[in-house]
Amino acid sequence: MKKTYKIEVDCANCALKMEEAARKVDGVSEVTVSFMTQKMKVEFADGAEEKGVMQAVRKACKKVEDDCEIFLD
Amino acid sequence: MTKKQKKVLYRIIIAGILMVGLHFVPVEGYFRFGLYLIPYVIIGYDILRKAALGIIHGEVFDENFLMAVATVGAMLLGVYNEANGREGEFAEGVAVMLFYQIGELFQAVAVGKSRKNISALMDIRPDYANIEDGEGNLEQVDPDDVEVGTCIVVQPGEKIPIDGIVLEGSSSLNTSALTGESVPREVSEGEAVISGCVNLSGLLKIRTTKEFGESTVSKILDLVENSSMKKARTENFITKFARFYTPAVCYSALALAVLPPLVNLLLGNPAGWSSWIIRALTFLVISCPCALVISIPLSFFGGIGGASSCGILVKGSNYLEALARTKYVVFDKTGTLTKGVFQVTEVHPVLPSEELLELAACAESYSTHPISKSLREAYGREIVKSRVTQVEEIGGHGVTALVDGKEVAAGNEKLMRKLGLVPEQSTGTGTIVHVAVDGSYAGYILIADVVKEQSAEAIAALKAAGVKKTVMLTGDSRAVADQVAKELKLDEVKSELLPGDKVGAVEALLAEKSPGENLAFVGDGINDAPVLSRADIGVAMGALGSDAAIEAADIVLMDDNPLKLALAMRISRKCLRIVYENIVFALAVKALCLILGAFGIANMWIAIFADVGVMVLAVLNAVRCLKVKARTARR
Repeated sequence: MKKTYKIEVDCANCALKMEEAARKVDGVSEVTVSFMTQKMKVEFADGAEEKGVMQAVRKACKKVEDDCEIFLD
Repeated sequence: MTKKQKKVLYRIIIAGILMVGLHFVPVEGYFRFGLYLIPYVIIGYDILRKAALGIIHGEVFDENFLMAVATVGAMLLGVYNEANGREGEFAEGVAVMLFYQIGELFQAVAVGKSRKNISALMDIRPDYANIEDGEGNLEQVDPDDVEVGTCIVVQPGEKIPIDGIVLEGSSSLNTSALTGESVPREVSEGEAVISGCVNLSGLLKIRTTKEFGESTVSKILDLVENSSMKKARTENFITKFARFYTPAVCYSALALAVLPPLVNLLLGNPAGWSSWIIRALTFLVISCPCALVISIPLSFFGGIGGASSCGILVKGSNYLEALARTKYVVFDKTGTLTKGVFQVTEVHPVLPSEELLELAACAESYSTHPISKSLREAYGREIVKSRVTQVEEIGGHGVTALVDGKEVAAGNEKLMRKLGLVPEQSTGTGTIVHVAVDGSYAGYILIADVVKEQSAEAIAALKAAGVKKTVMLTGDSRAVADQVAKELKLDEVKSELLPGDKVGAVEALLAEKSPGENLAFVGDGINDAPVLSRADIGVAMGALGSDAAIEAADIVLMDDNPLKLALAMRISRKCLRIVYENIVFALAVKALCLILGAFGIANMWIAIFADVGVMVLAVLNAVRCLKVKARTARR
């Protein structure tokens, strides 16, 4: 399953860091962060539970870049 | 500016004023350090905090860290000098932080602005749909909530929110947001309209045929918004580069601060700690990779945005990059280089040509064959059906009919021979309709698929843009194909191909080219999905309203003008040129400053230029990608 989330991040390098951090989260099989469109596209691993995974992704991203925000709806 | 950016701006102004003021305050020693600490903290507290957080989380090497170490180092060095009875220099540390923040702010504003510009170019998202209630009042609803088959009302000046069919009314539509084409398109009752067009003149009632999410406008927006997710090779290279570069610079700086003084001590000279530490700090400031990391995605994003404003949708930065390296362009013939519709191209009459066309059109007036349709179109006037009687279709030959009492036969050579007539031999290529009137030969009409007006120019423009070989593939007969190829000056033509052969032909060409070169296939998206995906770059043309083409291709030309391909190539080349300019410029300036810094020639001020100045210039350069020359766009 793929899903796109709106994010808020201030610099391109921070977006790269978010991408790397999110990729390491369990349940995420692929992730791309676009600084230009302020979007994060996440492909979940089979059987992953979206809400829980995204909470973990958000936490991981906050850790590397505390200014960022991921809008989970 | 956003709230966040404004806050930074105020901090910059306050810190700047304090710094200038402090320059004139006659204080000495540690008290001076204390005073300089005020602007330093005002301007740099968030950087210091982020650097500290980074260290805690094990994310050491980023630009916050670089800046924090460089400025804290500079301040401490000032304190060290004061402690040893010399005058300490505190302004530099504050200045570095101040200029770094100015640069960051500028970058954020510039990037935000171009992001907005690009979004404005792609502003085709309709905000609402009008639904008529029982009493004829219009109600605005979210397009997402409109079900298939609902009747929506589009007033002049409004965007069509959802794909559908016109129930009532006629109007002209501005399709420029989708195609870049400025000539309006006329629509009337019963015709299909696509979302994203702007209704210019009349009120339209439209029955929707798709949900909003499935409508053209949503598909296009989705495609464009996701395009920057597919990263170009250059982008990935820079990401990898930054990963090794920053730690490498940090260790070099450490070595620069420690090794030379140690060597000096071993040789019995004075160590010179402070001057080497200053050099190391300068080194850190210069090395920040921001200029590259920000300007390259911005360039690609700008290029994609500029292209989409001309009706060229690029599905990813990687395709924009690949397009610039295209050396082979393979075209499908029908619908791509030619119009894909049959038209009367020549009339060779024995009778006056008007009369010949009229008789042929009348005789064929009951037929639904495309050939008959093109005859009627060429005749151009309404045919009174009562004039035509005793119509007889002879399969594989043609028709015979009584028109105004004259016996008219229209068909191929076989029909003429059957009537005992000797038809003229045609020199042109295409389908030939011979006409006989009252048992005598009256001439022939040549019907052919016509080449688009812009095709020849497009081929020439591609050649000028550095394409080595242009190839045309077609299922058509050899004679027709060769003539088109000659007219358009194509390098190679492969005719009489079955649909499956096209993949084979493209594969043969793929094997022929050298590795650094790319092959683009251009088709109209109908029946050529396998070839589109097999080529390095699949380009679908005339894709307005064709979902299959939008899905299968990497680059989508919204209208059917082949010149757009040449324009797309020009945009991609310009974009890539800017990307390389920025890489070379940024790395060259930094390398130079690093060397100067290591030898103690470059001071902190040059370091600030190497960091912030280079970034600002690179961003300004990247913004150029967005601009597509109006001249080329209009054509």
